[in-house]
Amino acid sequence: MTLKPSFSRAVWAMLVKDLRLEFHTKEMFSALLIFALLVAVAFSFAFDVAPEGLREVFPGMIWVAFFFAGMLALNRSFASEKQNGCLQALMLGPFDRSAIYFAKVIGNLLVMLASEVVLTPLFFIFFDMRLDGSIWLLAAIWLLATFGFIAVGTLLSALAAQARASEILLPIIVFPVITPVVMAAVKSTAGLLLGARLVDYAIWLKLLVAYDLIFLAVPFILFEYLLEV
Amino acid sequence: MSQAAPLIEARHLAKRYGERDVLDDVSFTLHQGQCLALFGPNGAGKSTLLKLVAMLIRPSNGELYLDGRRVGEDQDALRRRIGVLSHQSFVYDALSARENLVFYGQLYGLAQPAERADQLLSQVGLDLFAGDPVRTFSRGMIQRLAIARALLHDPDLLLLDEPYTGLDQKAVAMLDDEVDRAKAAGTTIFLISHDFAEGLRAADRAAILYRGRLRYFSDGPVSPEDFAQTYQGLVG
Repeated sequence: MTLKPSFSRAVWAMLVKDLRLEFHTKEMFSALLIFALLVAVAFSFAFDVAPEGLREVFPGMIWVAFFFAGMLALNRSFASEKQNGCLQALMLGPFDRSAIYFAKVIGNLLVMLASEVVLTPLFFIFFDMRLDGSIWLLAAIWLLATFGFIAVGTLLSALAAQARASEILLPIIVFPVITPVVMAAVKSTAGLLLGARLVDYAIWLKLLVAYDLIFLAVPFILFEYLLEV
Repeated sequence: MSQAAPLIEARHLAKRYGERDVLDDVSFTLHQGQCLALFGPNGAGKSTLLKLVAMLIRPSNGELYLDGRRVGEDQDALRRRIGVLSHQSFVYDALSARENLVFYGQLYGLAQPAERADQLLSQVGLDLFAGDPVRTFSRGMIQRLAIARALLHDPDLLLLDEPYTGLDQKAVAMLDDEVDRAKAAGTTIFLISHDFAEGLRAADRAAILYRGRLRYFSDGPVSPEDFAQTYQGLVG
């Protein structure tokens, strides 16, 4: 009766399940959207900067808003699996356990990118910013930085999920590790918005690519052990 | 039957958490089609032993063989042959009963997960509630769904961790039926219980785990009365 489920089939089944759960509860998407909007409003009141200065602080503001909001989503990432012992049920499945990680990464990435698609234009409108550079380059920066954040955040949220105070623990362990992503995201966004030549901030894009590749490979080795902690 | 490799063979299994030995030198064998009921007081290490057999955790020492294959080699294939029913339901509250079973059916690579889900929902008497979210279910209904989930992929080895906890009479009777059905089909069953009568009902082997060590392992069925005396003598 049974067939050997391939790795990709297990990832697909878990991804569809996660998206279905998100569709039912809307926990992650709504938390992300509302929190990021609130941060935008708070920043708009907190900073009284001239338009020229705004271009320099805007990249920091938008990424801080995205990463802080993303932390809320990551905190919910394994919440459904903790409920009723479902994570154990997934660990019992006949597939490499890193499939659990990759399904979560893709799900979290889709939710965060969807909210960024809504939030980015709002941030630009809210702070009266104009994009002079390539929108494709902006999309590439958004994708690389978001993936780096989600890849690390998902890995560490699996670890934090085993702890009692996981919602407090997660930001404490994630932010030090994603510092390179934050820096690279802010610097490359600033480079694009300030009209710098690509070669001047390409090093930050390379850092993002390298970081993403490392955290694409590490879970294959580490994830199974993290679940057993 | 005894000529074939045992379905479970534990050799000097030990599990240590920090300085604490949760399991120490546990050895036993269980053949295809046999039903083992394991008893012991809280903290004896019963659930830890079940988690080792389910490959949820690794032993600190010793070796475990499932159907002649050492655990650690091709674990994915071995895991496909195991079904686990825990005191936790392993189901998602926000999904319907059917969505839960179809999801797990897909994970186990069933050719027709929706058809199998419907068949099992009917078998456990939840077919009328198939589309309802699990969060609206009673404890008994959730446990019936959990039984269906554990049996979904026709496992060769069924691990039951205190399955009778919190069940009403109807759900107990239904679980008994499913255990009997699985046993008749040749499924090997490893059951943890605190209730001698329920645990020993279908068991043809009984064991007592106390302070991480296996103190007793019967070589045949035992009556609850005789077992109670043995248990009293060993555990107090």
